[in-house]
Amino acid sequence: MPAFDLPTLWAFIIAFAIFAYVVMDGFDLGIGILFSRIPTGHERDTAMNTIAPVWDGNETWLVLGGGGLLAAFPLAYGTILSALYAPIVAMLLALIFRGVAFEFRWRDPRHRPYWDIAFSLGSIVAALAQGITLGALLQGIAVENRAYAGGWFDWLTPFSVLVGVSLVCGYALLGSTWLIMKSEGTLQARSYRLAFGLAIGTIIAIALVSAATPFLSDVYWQRWFAWPQVLFTAQVPLLVAIATVVFFASLKRRHHYTPFLMALLMFALSLAGLGISLFPYVVPPKITIWDAAAPTSSLMFMLPGALVMVPIILAYTGYSYWVFRGKTGHEGYH
Amino acid sequence: MLEAFDANLLARLQFAFTVSFHFIFPSFSIGLASYLAVLEALWLWTGRQVYIDLFKYWLKIFALTFGMGVVSGVVMSYQFGTNWSVFADRAGPIIGPLMAYEVLTAFFLEAGFLGVMLFGMNRVGRGLHFIATLAVAVGTFISAFWILSANSWMQTPVGYTINQGGQFVPADWLTVIFNPSFPYRLVHTVFAAYLTTALVVGAVGAWHLLRERARNGASEGARVMFSMAMGMITVVAPLQILAGDQHGLNTLEHQPVKVMAMEGHFKSYDNGAPLVLFGWPDEARAEVLYNVEIPKASSLILKHSLDAPLKGLDSVERKEWPPVAIVFWAFRVMVGLGMLMLALAVFSLWARVRHRLYDWKLLHLFALAMGPAGFVAVIAGWVTTEVGRQPYTVHGLLRTSESASPLQAPAVASSLLAFIVVYFIVFGAGVFYILRLMSHPPHAGEEGPERGQPVRAAGITPAPAVPGSLGSPGGGA
Repeated sequence: MPAFDLPTLWAFIIAFAIFAYVVMDGFDLGIGILFSRIPTGHERDTAMNTIAPVWDGNETWLVLGGGGLLAAFPLAYGTILSALYAPIVAMLLALIFRGVAFEFRWRDPRHRPYWDIAFSLGSIVAALAQGITLGALLQGIAVENRAYAGGWFDWLTPFSVLVGVSLVCGYALLGSTWLIMKSEGTLQARSYRLAFGLAIGTIIAIALVSAATPFLSDVYWQRWFAWPQVLFTAQVPLLVAIATVVFFASLKRRHHYTPFLMALLMFALSLAGLGISLFPYVVPPKITIWDAAAPTSSLMFMLPGALVMVPIILAYTGYSYWVFRGKTGHEGYH
Repeated sequence: MLEAFDANLLARLQFAFTVSFHFIFPSFSIGLASYLAVLEALWLWTGRQVYIDLFKYWLKIFALTFGMGVVSGVVMSYQFGTNWSVFADRAGPIIGPLMAYEVLTAFFLEAGFLGVMLFGMNRVGRGLHFIATLAVAVGTFISAFWILSANSWMQTPVGYTINQGGQFVPADWLTVIFNPSFPYRLVHTVFAAYLTTALVVGAVGAWHLLRERARNGASEGARVMFSMAMGMITVVAPLQILAGDQHGLNTLEHQPVKVMAMEGHFKSYDNGAPLVLFGWPDEARAEVLYNVEIPKASSLILKHSLDAPLKGLDSVERKEWPPVAIVFWAFRVMVGLGMLMLALAVFSLWARVRHRLYDWKLLHLFALAMGPAGFVAVIAGWVTTEVGRQPYTVHGLLRTSESASPLQAPAVASSLLAFIVVYFIVFGAGVFYILRLMSHPPHAGEEGPERGQPVRAAGITPAPAVPGSLGSPGGGA
């Protein structure tokens, strides 16, 4: 394996973009997923208002993930997206429905129930499709001559559906803990109740996916259980266990921030686990990041952009979150 | 073989459909973001209430437009991979970084400050709010810069080498970014966005001038927006025609076949080519049927000489031809609308000089009718340049037929159908909401897009009484 080189650096940059996307759009998709469990009127409007100023920026990370993958690993971008055509198109259409609902539901009170359904179903389908995409990628994609060589429905397996459902559950957990942080009164009380069940679901989901992954291929098995690597990889489930304990303790004591932070930690650890399984493959079982990498001149050209702009983006994104900090009251943003 | 062709054609239709729909939103929001920045600046500078009223009035429309632009844009950023995976693999090393820079320098800037712009006025104060508005406006422009650079490179590819995998490898980035057609396309497209916005603002102003005159004189808001829009058109419409002419000359230099199709020149002319005004290009017979033409005028426009020779489509093989009739007609629609815009510019200037800007009914009717003209012209221009690039995705180097993903026709047909249905439902509703907002005149103390609860102030949401479930403020804390 080559030393720490440009493709590796770019793999980390893209992994960061994906992580940023998953946690940021994760909580606002999560609110969409939970929307049917939140009563119409004040509670729903407040839940929507907590994310209205930031959802657009959150979704931009998805565009960076896609654009960055095209730029840094064009072969992977082309193969993954054409192999997973149906779930990707479903995700894009679902994101349209939920994205416009932010504005439309305020513009058309008479049809608000319909836009609320669009928001809710759009969020669920988008999350499910993202999870299925991830699951299908993990189980491997048939490639010949730099192109996808599998069938139309290869992506649909029990494993990919399991990952899909897990992600829906995980996003909903992020959404409920975000609401704990941003709301008060009945909505917050409801969010505590939702978070409890969702956390149990998420932990079970993480356990199931983690248990199933090593059986997908020998490579994954070796990654996780070969000696002495196992000393390192075993830290991941250990940390998940610690995060779980802290999570439930903080939920019991009605902390406002800790549950969200612990949910974030669980996602970060899951992503690290994913990295351990996949690296250095970007399209398992054949294409590594070095096979798929764009020419050096492309990777070099973007490097200053990524290294300078991403911190700046994080700074003003942070500013934007700070402007809308604290509890979202029932008076909206007056 | 037949099936491969069908899948390719379906993929092209899907891309054309989704990109045309998408383009409608940024062509409006680029101009509108700048207009909002100007309105807010004027308000901060003069303190006049009418400017902040207009700002808030158009901000609500901007919020809707921008939201639809974002969600239809996400589709575009993935479609290169879903439907054009070979193109993505080959041209990705050049197109990808340009788009990545667009995301890093433009999309985040817009999205990051949009929340503050829409909802933050009372949280951050006027100065910072204005900075947020400026950031969004600048972001839309930076976005246009990068995406048009990428598009222009596909039209006039330079600064690359080709590696063993058949990939385009960037050799000199400055050459790639500032490729030959880019400066012209950027200017032409940004002017188009400003014109599109001015035409919409002008039409809304005209609508309220027409309606309110019937009652008791127009509101200040309607007059100010109409005057600003007409002033913008008066300045930009002539400049746009100039820019378009220069862009055409640039195309003649780098993509002569596209110009042959635009002009309907099937034959070469050794001694001055005619300007075909109208007609029906028949590719099979390689002639323009029912044509009305001005002798030698095409040579005059393109070569600045009556007798200059011009080559026609007979000088290249048929497999290099773009679909001639589409390019020919799309170009005429664009130019025709451009001429009408110039007429509106002259008319409104004349009315202004005669101090009849606010009471000349014919002018207002004309401005109202021209409201959608910018969108139509933008799409027509886009069709001209994109269809004119066929049969290539990367001009002269990568054929469209060799760019697509290995997808089966039914898969693409299903997704195309889904996109058509969803776009018409969702964006149809969005356009309806925008028109409904526009149907109300701006008034003093206009409310912004903030979400008041439990009941919104009257006048913004024209729908009938708020349903009962919303009337109760809920539990609250």
